[in-house]
Amino acid sequence: MSNEIQKFQDPGLPEHVHRKTDVDPKAADRAERQVAILFVLSALFTVLAIYAYIFISDEIFFFLPIMGDTNAHQLFLGLGMAFSLLFIGLGLVHWAKNLMPDTEVIAERHEFRSPDEDREDFVRTVKEQAGAAGLGRRSLIKRTLGLALGASALTPIVLLRDLGPLPGKELEKTSWKTGTRLVTDPGDRPIRPEDLEVGAVAQVLPELEVGKVRHLYDIAKDAVLLIRLRPSEFQLDAERLSWTHDGIIAFSKICSHMGCAVALYEQQTKHLLCPCHQSTFDVTRAAKVIFGPSARPLPQLAITVDSDGYLVAQQPFNEPVGPSFWERSS
Amino acid sequence: MKKAERIGGNVASYVDDRTGAAKWLRKNLTKVFPDHWSFMLGEIVLYSFIILLLSGTFLTFWFDPSQREVVYEGSYEPLQDIKMSAAYASALHISFDVRGGLLMRQIHHWAALLFMAGMIAHLMRVFFTGAFRKPREANWLIGVGLVTLGIVEGFLGYSLPDDLLSGTGIRIAEAIIQAIPVVGSYLAFFAFGGAFPGEAFIPRIYTVHVLLLPGMFLALITIHLMLVWYQKHTQYPGPGRTEKNVVGYPLMPIYMAKAGGFFFIVFGVTAFLGAVASINPIWLYGPYNPGQVSAGSQPDFYMGWLDGLVRMAPPLETYAFGYTISWNILIPGLIVPGILFTLMALYPFIESWMTGDKSEHHLLERPRNNPNRTAIGAMSIAFILIVLINGGNDIIATHFSLTINQIMWFTRIGVIVIPPLVFVITKRICLSLQRADREKVLHGRETGRLVMLPHGEFVEVHEELTAGEKFTLTQHLQPKALAVPDVDENGVKNPQGIKGKIRARFSQAHAEQIPAPTETEAKALGGGHH
Repeated sequence: MSNEIQKFQDPGLPEHVHRKTDVDPKAADRAERQVAILFVLSALFTVLAIYAYIFISDEIFFFLPIMGDTNAHQLFLGLGMAFSLLFIGLGLVHWAKNLMPDTEVIAERHEFRSPDEDREDFVRTVKEQAGAAGLGRRSLIKRTLGLALGASALTPIVLLRDLGPLPGKELEKTSWKTGTRLVTDPGDRPIRPEDLEVGAVAQVLPELEVGKVRHLYDIAKDAVLLIRLRPSEFQLDAERLSWTHDGIIAFSKICSHMGCAVALYEQQTKHLLCPCHQSTFDVTRAAKVIFGPSARPLPQLAITVDSDGYLVAQQPFNEPVGPSFWERSS
Repeated sequence: MKKAERIGGNVASYVDDRTGAAKWLRKNLTKVFPDHWSFMLGEIVLYSFIILLLSGTFLTFWFDPSQREVVYEGSYEPLQDIKMSAAYASALHISFDVRGGLLMRQIHHWAALLFMAGMIAHLMRVFFTGAFRKPREANWLIGVGLVTLGIVEGFLGYSLPDDLLSGTGIRIAEAIIQAIPVVGSYLAFFAFGGAFPGEAFIPRIYTVHVLLLPGMFLALITIHLMLVWYQKHTQYPGPGRTEKNVVGYPLMPIYMAKAGGFFFIVFGVTAFLGAVASINPIWLYGPYNPGQVSAGSQPDFYMGWLDGLVRMAPPLETYAFGYTISWNILIPGLIVPGILFTLMALYPFIESWMTGDKSEHHLLERPRNNPNRTAIGAMSIAFILIVLINGGNDIIATHFSLTINQIMWFTRIGVIVIPPLVFVITKRICLSLQRADREKVLHGRETGRLVMLPHGEFVEVHEELTAGEKFTLTQHLQPKALAVPDVDENGVKNPQGIKGKIRARFSQAHAEQIPAPTETEAKALGGGHH
């Protein structure tokens, strides 16, 4: 026996150490008073909360370090509520820790596994009952039941069909048509090339047809950015160059990655940056992706001027704008 | 006391006469729970859920979940006469024209953050102490389900006000749906009732946010707690604590007072945050407009890691046969999170398969005593933290004068290189801590007291540990690696093949431990505690 390796033995639960409140009635009384004070404080803060709700005007602001301009009504209402709750909690915990019994108790655990006998009995019962119902033999019933249950789940799914229309070609179209004027957003004023200085950038939308209203779902596809560079700064092929007008180039503002508005333009580098995921597009090279997760350039809108000298679209976008989708062909 | 006792007795007999519950109640009211600060993490989650229900109900009294266009005429001047959705206008109304409305909105948002943070902390506690092991696998699965639903619920919640920031978040969610192969654009049109943004989405997610998901939370939390109750709580090892018992305090009165008190403390802290710490100031963002965005758009932290993944994805799309597959969205938006959550959900089963351990465990493990698991956990946390850093790359770039490109490339490389490093380092640290424990048990604790011996040698006095401490540091199980022989006793090649070899390798990695010291070893060393 002496060769056997012996582990350190469990010395059992350590002896219970009495708290001060267990042995000294004065300490216990003191603890009781402390708990009571905490509860009274709580009640006082409730009074503060109600006072703030009724009597402190929500027009009063004052300056606090770190927090800046602070609304007195909101602050005192909140602090009153916060401390009235906190002191109840602190009181209860103080009570539990100092005045309630703190002797550790041992409860036994029972193994979850039932005795083998019971388990066998259970399995036998299930088998017997299943056998009595003919589950084992009558496979036709089982299969058709499976079919019926599976099929019945289809109805609720079909019922969801009217949640929305079918997409059709909707994702591929925008409101831009040949000759549509570019108008400012906001303001809806048509723009002449000379309104835009070199280096400037503007958000534009297609001019509304008479009697039409602009919906958010229109803006979600129609928003376009105009940027004016020196014509010599472009590095475009002949076709794309012909889509610009006098140094003004137009791109869809809806990111080709996930559809955020590509709103940041760096004048020095001539880069467009999407603030959502940092896809970066080079304006001089037809919005080629030079950084970030987007896989495609921003669609370019071909622009020119009409007979009145206003900027118009030469033609609709030649590809869908916004994030990719399955049916997109390029 | 006399009168109180009589009333108490009357109530008890009233209940028992009608339910016959006396025996059950007596047993359960004195049910024993072990005490440890880390067991309160789950409680925080439960209490913040209750706070969410209370503050959320308050908000529904004024919130108008409609995308109908209205002109704002409330008391916040900068937005007056501006067109916006009724949802945004009513959220502004709650913030500026309902007394206590802003406080409640902020309490609701802080409680949601606490709910998520608490779940993550609780999940880590359960993981690193091995509390998910048999028989508690089902509760682990429910927990993973709750975290997943929590992320969705939080996202829907902060999307409801329909401000510029949250609308941008919805736009991104729409792009993820739209990127699903074959059915994506159909699903997007069904979800939004047509082209994005439409007028159907806010009312729909409102029902999901206030009814469907809270209902599911209630059901899952109930089962989660019933299982804790029925299976009894796990406990940390120590003298007197075994696999067969629970050592702690009874529910009544200790835990009723402590847990009840803790609820008020959590509520108080949340209310304090709501009172002094501004969160989601929607009035600064303006109404949603798909043609606009605010710089530094950030989701809440529990979505931040997903956003970070999306940001670091390589710009990959496949175009074939007239169709598009957006890998740059699918991989970070659906595939990687799907794999991560599946692995997390299956971990108890994976570990049990790797170690061949099929026995019940009620004693928790110290993280150092299971180096492999702890290293896996640390590796996962490293992964999430790195992608989370990338989720805030724009903010970090402006605060630390870095470029976004630097952070993006650091995290793109780091997300592949750093987690394995963290695995190795964590495992080494765990083994070193085991060595330190061994040292402490065999040679005692360093006291820092130096003594000069008669012949001039200096030694540090070591103090012997108590019997209880020695037991606590040595009681843990150290299972051996599974033996998976290449050939069986008849010389036939092991039919388990590659699978068996993988399992043997995992099991070996899991069994890498510093042997716990034994009494026999201590005796052999003698009493030389210096």
